[in-house]
Amino acid sequence: MEIPRHWRLKKQRYGLIGEVCPHCDSKIFPPRDICPDCGKEAKDEFAFSGAGEVYSYTTIYNAPSGFEHTIPYTVALVQLEEGPLITAQLTDVDEEHVSIGMPVEMVTRKLREDGDERGMLVYGYKFRPKLVVAA
Amino acid sequence: MTENLLLKPSRPVGIIGYGAYVPRYRIPATEIARVWKGGGAVPIKEKSVPGLDEDVATMSIEAARNAIARAGIHAHQLRAVWVGSESHPYAVKPTSTIVAEAIGVVPHIQAGDWEFACKAGTEAMVAAMGLVGSEMADYALAIGMDTAQGKPGDALEYTAAAGGAAFVIGPAEKSLAVIEATYSYVTDTPDFWRRAYQKYPEHGSRFTGEPAYFEHVSKATETLMGELGTTPDDYDYAIFHQPNAKFPTRAAKMLGFKQEQWEPGLLAPVIGNTYSGAAIIGLTATLDIAKPGDRILMTSFGSGAGADCMSILVTDELLNRRDKALKTQDYIARRKEIDYATYARMRGKITMK
Repeated sequence: MEIPRHWRLKKQRYGLIGEVCPHCDSKIFPPRDICPDCGKEAKDEFAFSGAGEVYSYTTIYNAPSGFEHTIPYTVALVQLEEGPLITAQLTDVDEEHVSIGMPVEMVTRKLREDGDERGMLVYGYKFRPKLVVAA
Repeated sequence: MTENLLLKPSRPVGIIGYGAYVPRYRIPATEIARVWKGGGAVPIKEKSVPGLDEDVATMSIEAARNAIARAGIHAHQLRAVWVGSESHPYAVKPTSTIVAEAIGVVPHIQAGDWEFACKAGTEAMVAAMGLVGSEMADYALAIGMDTAQGKPGDALEYTAAAGGAAFVIGPAEKSLAVIEATYSYVTDTPDFWRRAYQKYPEHGSRFTGEPAYFEHVSKATETLMGELGTTPDDYDYAIFHQPNAKFPTRAAKMLGFKQEQWEPGLLAPVIGNTYSGAAIIGLTATLDIAKPGDRILMTSFGSGAGADCMSILVTDELLNRRDKALKTQDYIARRKEIDYATYARMRGKITMK
């Protein structure tokens, strides 16, 4: 059971809330209170747009504990529009249609159950191919 | 009997923003019939199926984000987040707090989950009208969303689908559509239920028609129009709860509405019955194509049983906000067909232990 950890991370996980450096305007995710670019204190909240593109990806067939129910699934390094490179699952996509440079957008999805069917549900960000407007 | 049966707030209210959500997967009704050797005509073409990582919380979050994008307000301006559903992810623990946290509304809010079979969404809308209409709050978020359950092989399995919509309710002068009035017709009619700890609902077969759906839908609609002094000709569009394709079209015809009035909101044939989301996703699809000055009638129905009817008048603001989020048809066009085996896996019908 990791309830305190899930609770502590909910903001960044549900809504991609990171930080912006007040000194060099660098956008930071995950939030770490110190700017990785200029090394100064950076505690100002920043909501990322959720737009980005696939930097690299791989498909998982042998999942770690807690993720067995959704295999196979694709995990990607997503380059966010605002700069940071983050790791996340892709969703609503078939593996053969994933490519480097593919535009993606953040959605909040169920990540896993904490423990078994009695445990809390853990939600967080995933990315899907950017949805297009129907013609 | 009270003198005026209409529910009409003292401060006029309306829809400030709206948003829909439909998952990506579809299973054709013929595929369900193939497995269960169902004979005769199927009630719809296909239904939507939620992905393995989707539930009422995640789907509500996306619809809510669309509604807030159209509303153009800051999430902190909302004072209530109410989610109506009969498939809340938890038996005990609110869906609404998860949604509220994800869209950044917490902590100065009312939050709660509503349940009234298929009309929990419109019930939340009426409550939001009360909150705003009484000036206790300026903005409230009402959501109707479901990942409906159908027993394998049962008639309901052909239609029990996933989807819904969210509405930011606020003052009429800032709205894209004014809610002129609403009226609800409710009785204790046991046409459909699911007991505690049961996975699948039970229904009273043909009993779901006349004494339940048609009685409540027609009484709610006739009373609202009677009290408002309107007739079907006064409406450009009409939406009725859509458990299948047959019921809403029959109800619409019985009440004197024409095909062009109900067609834009009739989505059951291509997404199925989205339960708490069924009438209101018909409303979002209709708002996606309506013009300023258009009048829309919507009647939801929830088993058990009751119907909420609303008369809605579109304002000029609709055109400024409509394109600020994905439209209902954008989600319907995003479609991946799955077979029964994949459907059984996605809906948790395969026991792993």
